[in-house]
Amino acid sequence: MTAKAAASLWSIAALSLLLAASASGQSSTADEIAKYRAALQEGNPADLWELRGEALWKQKRGPKQASLEQCDLGLGPGVVKGAYARLPAYFADADRVMDLETRLVWCMVTLQGYSEAEAKKQPFGAGNDRKSDIEALVAFVTANSRGVPMDVGLNHPKEVEMYRIGEKIFYFRGGPHDFGCVTCHADEGKRIRLQDLPKLTTREGAQKAYTTWPAYRVSQGELRSFQWRLYDCFRQQRFPELMFGSDASIALTLYLARNANGGIFDAPAIKR
Amino acid sequence: MVLGGRAGAAMLAVAIGACVTAPSDEEIANKATAMLKSSFKASGQAGLDRLDQDATQRVCSEFGGKPPPKDVAEKIEKLNLAMIRYPADGKLLGDWKSGERIAQEGRGKQFSDDPSGPVGANCYACHQLSPEELAYGTIGPSLYQFGKLRGYGAETQRYAYGKIYNPDAYSACSNMPRFGHNGILTEQQIKDVAALLMDPESPVNR
Repeated sequence: MTAKAAASLWSIAALSLLLAASASGQSSTADEIAKYRAALQEGNPADLWELRGEALWKQKRGPKQASLEQCDLGLGPGVVKGAYARLPAYFADADRVMDLETRLVWCMVTLQGYSEAEAKKQPFGAGNDRKSDIEALVAFVTANSRGVPMDVGLNHPKEVEMYRIGEKIFYFRGGPHDFGCVTCHADEGKRIRLQDLPKLTTREGAQKAYTTWPAYRVSQGELRSFQWRLYDCFRQQRFPELMFGSDASIALTLYLARNANGGIFDAPAIKR
Repeated sequence: MVLGGRAGAAMLAVAIGACVTAPSDEEIANKATAMLKSSFKASGQAGLDRLDQDATQRVCSEFGGKPPPKDVAEKIEKLNLAMIRYPADGKLLGDWKSGERIAQEGRGKQFSDDPSGPVGANCYACHQLSPEELAYGTIGPSLYQFGKLRGYGAETQRYAYGKIYNPDAYSACSNMPRFGHNGILTEQQIKDVAALLMDPESPVNR
């Protein structure tokens, strides 16, 4: 049995037991889910992605046989500590607002000499045969902002515009189901099935949600980046497929990251 | 704390500092629509035409998550009410057991879903229905005892069918999908879900 299948089975078994316990009236469903989440915190396989990401960061790779150690994530070449808490941000060299994933692709292209297509070819991991270098690098970089307060500025006019566009996208309803981000994330204390939904339009709600991504997903056996989070939300919204590093993904990320300002970054986390 | 004030002030500061006029709200909305079109690709059964909003979607995206003003809401409800198609055979209720399966089924219309089906309504994602199902969401109201509380008469049957077919006819900019209007469920599926709500034998009404 693969690790992923084992993790899924374990997760289903644990949840079934908890539901059985709650059905017998011993405690509320919400209490049992809280216990399940607490149990998950005890060992986080995200560490494995962080280690692989650190190795990838330092390794000389690509046509130019260069490492990523001179990659500028916004605080100067090679500064990783605290960088994620200030992203997305405008980068003058690219004349574009970029999130972490887009910036990593930029560095792989400019420093290491990969083509953009090569750098983006496996944005999300799909098991041991198809690991994602991007998600490993994301784990490494984001772990270096753990404990740092979110501090996303709107200083450049393009940042201001992208924030405003991101807000519009948040409220954009479409597709066969009329869904938008707003459908599930504009009210306090709601759940979809048993899953709590964060209210992303308040500072407290955005902080709680944004500071706990990326996350190791037990049900998938993968570490998931924020790009993946948006990609899969839009899938469930019944929209077409969100392109990796697209402007809409960056605008929405900027909107949510900025709303989370002041929150203490605490990821990679672990989720069901 | 609701956002907007601080971000708004920052935007104003930037606009003054740069001595330029910030784009209007309408310009930003147009840029967002164009950006969405260049940021997605057609995949599986989900084409880019899914990003083309109809009048209801466009208006319902305009109020920042707040309910639309009363006059706007009334227009949306009138427009959607006129588009409801009731079954030609006049029968509004089907089989509640099939309705329960449709209410449980979360697949359908995602680009990752098999286009040949199944397509469900996923009612439990947002509503409590049968008391046996504990894994229900709370985005919508509890529908437990829907028929028992409202009575099983013809008017309520018509309301239940119409609400599933097009909820915006009764509540503008509802979070609930327009299952009939947008062709998510077939007429028979809507009848079956209506029966889950309205059949006295349904677990919803026990």
